[in-house]
Amino acid sequence: MGDLWAGLAQGFWMVATLDPELVEITLRSLRVTLTALLIASAIAFPLAALLAVKRFRLRRLTIAILNALMGLPPVVVGLIVYILLSRSGPFGVLGLLFTPSAMVIAQVIILVPLIASVAHQSLRDLWSEYHDLLIAMNVTPWQKITTLMWDARRALITAALAGFGRGIGEVGAIMIVGGNIDHATRVLTTAIALETGRGDFALALGLGFVLIALALAVNLVTHWLGQTEREGRW
Amino acid sequence: MVSALFPLTVEGAKASRRGRVLVGPVDLTLDAKGITVVMGPNGSGKTTLLKLLHGTARLSAGRIAWACPPEDARPQLAFVFQRPVMLRRTVVQNIAYPLRLRGVSRASARAQALDWAARVGLDAMKGRPAWSLSGGEQQKLALARAFIADPRVVFLDEPTAALDGAATREIEAILAAARDEGRRLILATHDMGQARRLADDVVFLHQGRVAERAAAPNFFEAPATDAARAFLKGDIVE
Ligand SMILES: Nc1ncnc2c1ncn2[C@@H]1O[C@H](COP(=O)(O)OP(=O)(O)O)[C@@H](O)[C@H]1O
Ligand SMILES: [Mg+2]
Repeated sequence: MGDLWAGLAQGFWMVATLDPELVEITLRSLRVTLTALLIASAIAFPLAALLAVKRFRLRRLTIAILNALMGLPPVVVGLIVYILLSRSGPFGVLGLLFTPSAMVIAQVIILVPLIASVAHQSLRDLWSEYHDLLIAMNVTPWQKITTLMWDARRALITAALAGFGRGIGEVGAIMIVGGNIDHATRVLTTAIALETGRGDFALALGLGFVLIALALAVNLVTHWLGQTEREGRW
Repeated sequence: MVSALFPLTVEGAKASRRGRVLVGPVDLTLDAKGITVVMGPNGSGKTTLLKLLHGTARLSAGRIAWACPPEDARPQLAFVFQRPVMLRRTVVQNIAYPLRLRGVSRASARAQALDWAARVGLDAMKGRPAWSLSGGEQQKLALARAFIADPRVVFLDEPTAALDGAATREIEAILAAARDEGRRLILATHDMGQARRLADDVVFLHQGRVAERAAAPNFFEAPATDAARAFLKGDIVE
């Protein structure tokens, strides 16, 4: 019990004094997840808008695939990416396994279906509201998509925030494809898993505080977005 | 480029859904001037006919032809719905939207939208989110948004059906002003008073067909069909 209290105090101290190792790991985590989030959003938003406004032939199939991918456990995604990137795999020559790039790839695969399906719901609702007006105004398909994406921008940001929460807290896939290598691919969640296993609670708890703070920040921003929506600001 | 739109020729036009004929066959010619009021009881096909003429409802048979090619006609037409659709934007941004679609710069679109907001009496609420307006204000917004792109023809589907007397009077004043500016209005209504106040000519629909077509005074003074007579008397017409 005393160990735990000492660990808690020391973990808190590491956050307060910006312990170099803690900062390094936090920054790497943010870099990996934010990069994955950017790529995933760039794919998921337009895809969601397209699914909302256009009745193309493979639409149902695409939605089914997205839903199936969303149900895929992250460790399985990690396993698949591992096989694809491993030396004997089809993309082995790229030498990406156990690099941050591999972690970004795995997270993109996890995040695209999540962000696309959350975004799709909002965009589909908005489209049913706007449909008659935009058809009567003769808008081009591209204008439909840009109008919907702009007017649903808060919902899209909320979808991205949900993606960020999922990505930053994800451990299974990035552990497998990143390998949790010190000073290379160690991130918040994999470091916590390792330090806890070793019984070193100080760093684990310090990193835990950072994760909790990030989750809180995401919630605050989401809440604030809802506020601006109701008040009609930007 | 403004090509001649009129006359609009409608020949044997029909709209069917799942084998049921909703409207038609309709034969009609519309000339360049004034307000045509499409009258008829609920379900007689006013909305469907307006959408056919505007080109947003599918024609199952027959022909609807402007005096110019359809791709030249479409940009000159606007449509105002019975229940206005508000974009999730401010009042000015809603009014400016059609100009933004046409590539008008943000500043110029905004200036023109402010102008139109003032013309329809919405300048006091220009920065408010559109959804927060009352029904009458939303419909005035919809009119400003329809007129801002300078359409030659505006279709209006019972624009005052859900509004009270004061809001209806304001909207009718805006419509009369638009007519006096030379815009062609095609207005569906089942409000007899409104038809009398605004119509230059009347198309009376009954069960999806044009039962009567006449200059307004003739129609109101001497309706030719039993259905129109009953409708004008205020009887229930099915
Ligand atoms: N999308 C649709 N599918 C099937 N029936 C429709 C549809 N839209 C309208 N109708 C029917 O077509 C007829 C004419 O409707 P409508 O044009 O809305 O009449 P009005 O505007 O005069 O009340 C009605 O019987 C209505 O139920
Ligand atoms: Mg109707």
